[in-house]
Amino acid sequence: MELTSLIVRGLVIFTVFAVTLLIATYSTLAERKIAGFLQDRLGPDRAGPFGILQPLADAVKLFFKEEFIPSHANKWLFIVGPSLAMLTALMSSAVIPFGNEFSIDGQLIPVQGITVNIGLLYIFGVVSLGVYGLMIGGWASNNKFSLLGAIRAASQNISYELAMGMSIIAVLMLAGSLDLRQIVIDQQDNVWNVVRQPLGCVIFITCAFAECNRTPFDLPECEQELVGGYHTEYGSMKLGLYLFSEYINMFVSSAVIATLYFGGYDVPYLSTLGLDKNIETIIGIVALFGKIFFFIFFFMWVRWTLPRFRYDQLMNLGWKSLIPLAILNLILTGGGILAWEHFTK
Amino acid sequence: MQLSNRTKKIEPKPLNFWERMYLPVIFQGLNITIKHLFKKKATIRYPEVKRELSPVFRGLHILKRDAQGRERCTACGLCALACPAEAISMLSAERTKEEKHLYREEKYAAVYEVNMLRCIFCGLCEEACPKAAIYLQKDKFAPAFFGREEVIYGKDRLVESVTNRAKVGLDQ
Repeated sequence: MELTSLIVRGLVIFTVFAVTLLIATYSTLAERKIAGFLQDRLGPDRAGPFGILQPLADAVKLFFKEEFIPSHANKWLFIVGPSLAMLTALMSSAVIPFGNEFSIDGQLIPVQGITVNIGLLYIFGVVSLGVYGLMIGGWASNNKFSLLGAIRAASQNISYELAMGMSIIAVLMLAGSLDLRQIVIDQQDNVWNVVRQPLGCVIFITCAFAECNRTPFDLPECEQELVGGYHTEYGSMKLGLYLFSEYINMFVSSAVIATLYFGGYDVPYLSTLGLDKNIETIIGIVALFGKIFFFIFFFMWVRWTLPRFRYDQLMNLGWKSLIPLAILNLILTGGGILAWEHFTK
Repeated sequence: MQLSNRTKKIEPKPLNFWERMYLPVIFQGLNITIKHLFKKKATIRYPEVKRELSPVFRGLHILKRDAQGRERCTACGLCALACPAEAISMLSAERTKEEKHLYREEKYAAVYEVNMLRCIFCGLCEEACPKAAIYLQKDKFAPAFFGREEVIYGKDRLVESVTNRAKVGLDQ
């Protein structure tokens, strides 16, 4: 009995891991396809039908390139950089509830890598670790452009993490729990958080863009100013890991946005249909992935719409707009909860 | 002191509240880009679909035959003389009695070579030819090459085939 539950748990973790990697792989293709379509082009379509095999071709190319480490770089840190970026990116999808519970033979199997009651805190911690990969890589390259990129990444993450944290606290106050599953259940019982927290949602999405280093906040890379930013000196699969971790981060951010503000695996009025619980769970998983894909598309859509911020604009937006707004949102939420309790009880 | 005193001083207008929010303009921009997602694409998928070229396009060379299928070229060398890139070279030979059905004039080109890396596809050879023998086709490109030995086109690849006649110039 103990062994079967262990195996089932391992299977769930493995599936989550594989799905994360698969989606990140195909995000690279989606990015190029969407970029093409938004610019009236077709995007890559040579490798396989509709370019389906393009990610494989890219990976093969990157693996077969020369493994080059510059002589002036710190060798170990140079390798640790991309590994760390990849590691932290992969860690964060563990706690996201991808669906409700399956009940097989009277056993409840939650569709979630690890069920912890501090999921939100875990994600927050791991995401802020993510910048270490960039920092170490940029610093170990021993190159001015890389270092500038790394410094930008660090200061940007610090600035936007504050606003992000405070917008999450408002969600916490509503749900009364750090458990992501609990937050989803709370949204099922009431309404999606995007209705109760429109300002917080906008702040969180903006900060998620900044944390993923996506346009309009892609200053750490910034080809026009910094050659390639923190990955100027990187080539072959080490560069591949950096780029790949960005796509994994995008997937995780989309999943967190969907979970925190758009009801997670919740489909409104689904429970009133009186379906079998397992079927309901499957529909929930499909719905969550639909939401996630929409947000990944949104990330790309924005990338091909907005120009990059100037650095002072970035800092102004972070410190002078988003943080005060997040504090205001916090106060309003607190006041709202008090008023709600006062008038309904 | 200004030269004309017509200089206007322009002060950047401070952004109003909605502009400082960024969001309305961002949605405007998103609206524009999403429309392009459904637009007709400008891409021509090259090897499968080929673009219609103008009738005066200058592509790959061809050595024409006359109506009886005899080679028109008489190896006068005017094309080689006209060529600014010096891409054309030839060797002339005298026609024997048995070759009357092969060559139109008494003199013909035994060797006729065009170096495709030198050629700039200007079409001056076409203009210089008094026998209407060499043409640049409008529907064939000079291909990309993998080796130097493929670059020089001899008569085997230049002369038009008897069975499959090419339409060239403005007579199409």
